Amino acid sequence: MFDLVSFIPRAVVQSIPLLYGSCGETLTEKSGNLNLGIPGVMYTGGICGVIGAFLYEQAVPAAEMKAVFAIGVPLLCSLLGSLIMGLIYCFLTVTLRANQNVTGLAITTFGIGIGNFFGGSLIKLTKSEVPSIALSATHKYFAAQLPFAKDLGWFGKIFLSYGFMAYAAIIIAFITAYIIKKTRVGLELRAVGENPKTADAAGINVSRYKYGATCIGSMIAGLGGLYYVMDYACGVWSNDAFGDRGWLAIALVIFTVWRPNVGVPASILFGGLYILYLFIPTGMLLSVKELYKMLPYLVTLIVLVLTSMRNKRESQPPEALGLSYFREER
Amino acid sequence: MANEKVRNPLFHIVKRKNIPWYKAWAIRAAAIIAALIVCAVITMLLTGENPIQIYITIFKGAFGTPRKTWVLFQNLSILLCVSLAVTPAFRMRFWNIGGEGQLLIGGLAAAACMILLGDKLSNGALIPIMIISSIAAGAIWGVIPALFKAKWNTNETLATLMMNYIATQLVAFFIIVWEVPKGSGKIGIINQSSEAGWLPQIGGQKYLLNIIVVAVLTVLMYVYLNYTKHGYEISVVGESEKTARYVGIKVEKVIIRTMLLSGAICGIAGLLLVGGTDHTITTTIGESRGFTAVMVSWLAKFNPIFMIFTSFLLVFLNRGASEIATVFSLNKSFSDILTGVILFFIIGCEFFINYKISFRKKGAKEEVKHV
Repeated sequence: MFDLVSFIPRAVVQSIPLLYGSCGETLTEKSGNLNLGIPGVMYTGGICGVIGAFLYEQAVPAAEMKAVFAIGVPLLCSLLGSLIMGLIYCFLTVTLRANQNVTGLAITTFGIGIGNFFGGSLIKLTKSEVPSIALSATHKYFAAQLPFAKDLGWFGKIFLSYGFMAYAAIIIAFITAYIIKKTRVGLELRAVGENPKTADAAGINVSRYKYGATCIGSMIAGLGGLYYVMDYACGVWSNDAFGDRGWLAIALVIFTVWRPNVGVPASILFGGLYILYLFIPTGMLLSVKELYKMLPYLVTLIVLVLTSMRNKRESQPPEALGLSYFREER
Repeated sequence: MANEKVRNPLFHIVKRKNIPWYKAWAIRAAAIIAALIVCAVITMLLTGENPIQIYITIFKGAFGTPRKTWVLFQNLSILLCVSLAVTPAFRMRFWNIGGEGQLLIGGLAAAACMILLGDKLSNGALIPIMIISSIAAGAIWGVIPALFKAKWNTNETLATLMMNYIATQLVAFFIIVWEVPKGSGKIGIINQSSEAGWLPQIGGQKYLLNIIVVAVLTVLMYVYLNYTKHGYEISVVGESEKTARYVGIKVEKVIIRTMLLSGAICGIAGLLLVGGTDHTITTTIGESRGFTAVMVSWLAKFNPIFMIFTSFLLVFLNRGASEIATVFSLNKSFSDILTGVILFFIIGCEFFINYKISFRKKGAKEEVKHV
């Protein structure tokens, strides 16, 4: 029998980094910026949080740690780190009008480099035996659950067994969806992504929207990295552990046809697909597990093709996605 | 009206028509120098060494010993090969970032031939089969997104990206199927004793064959892009699809044909890696070259000859930075940071080549008219 009660929570914790990443990337893409640097941004968000938490844990003994700082310091560091990455991306693509694909890939190289370099250096500083840093004191604050969650049986396990950042992710996704779909700011943002010339002519400040959406998007994505380290990985940073989740987050954006609210169930589905191989009994055929790991990407590709086949206007990428805007070009 | 008085901004940006090539390269050189200075400052802050020492170390890492030089040229040739592959697609604004996957599949095909046919055929028959199957595998992997693009205008950046991971998992699957010994999770050197399917070594140098193959490919690609009808059609499609249709170019056909070629060359890169040097296959055999190639090609303005320099630059830095990492006992990822910084500078400097900033002048009216 397929063990749903243990499968769903594991799928959900897998899904949260993806949800943060895809939510941030959707916001970014709505402004017409295809930020392929999201994997790098998420790494940076994660490592900056780790650095913050590391410094705080070093400065204050575990008994005297206060929840506000234990959560606040890594959170702020993470936001700041990913904001800087977003700003670099914007400066190059919006102000200097560089090619977005190339810039994004450079950001990814840079961000993963930063993550592994500082991660590796911190590991060296702690002189630990294993190649990882454990921030278990900070993890406790991030993974704190409601006190009565454990008494509620399967209900508690499926709905209440997560740290606060998991719920925050879902709330952020819904707020982002609301802002994009229902508010004036969202309308103007979509206008910038669809057709910057028209938006500009209508008096919308194209650069400001692109900067705003991309930087906020990066910060949201960076939180995904933070969640991964502090909650999912129990406060343990090891190099390259985050893996290709950043690319999966970009895939998720397409899968959800640019709607963060759809992202909530879709990311759980992706999280499920990501770990499905652990739950399907394959017996001795270990190799088949590798094929199961292909599923999220295969499904995304199929969705991408299907949406383009149906050619429905609502499910297309923003018209000007990936193009830099230069006012004097006609 | 509110804005009766026309506000004149302090400066505005004008697109440059043509910039003499030496000026463009002077700007790029300046950017690289600026990047190197920033990198030196970063390294100094982290290691406390003086910058000259750091540059000497970089140079030593790249050319320090004959072996290091050979490795440099080997890395250069493979990176250049992938860059050559993606370039025709980029010229028609088809963003093929799936070089990684196409390379992996090409390598997988070569490995499959070596493993399955290694003891059945002689090298004379096996190697041609390997070449054909690698090229075919890469081409098929490249043409799938192209078919979607041609038929339904599916976003190619995202489609090729997904194809990368599908290829990675496919390779992971076959690695476990063929693993030696069972349970180790890797294949190890294929046909170590018989050397079946190993590409021949020229002059006793392991890497020379790859370098020669890629050098020939570079020239062929340059000719193909600049002096043939196909190359011309690619450029027209890249400039404007509408124009291309108007003059009677079948855009779909060009997209599919170009991606077949693009995938095929990535397949060759995979073949050279698996059959020529590594004699094994792993999921990371491509070392993200598919992504780096995007930058190489773009930095060189999609010109195969310039790509020799840009790929040299990136490989040189990478080798040098990893030498810094070892000598000053820093983490290996340090090279990624340096590469990232340098890329930011080079990407940024293109702005000053394509645009110029004109500042507000006293005779503002004339200036406005002039623009």
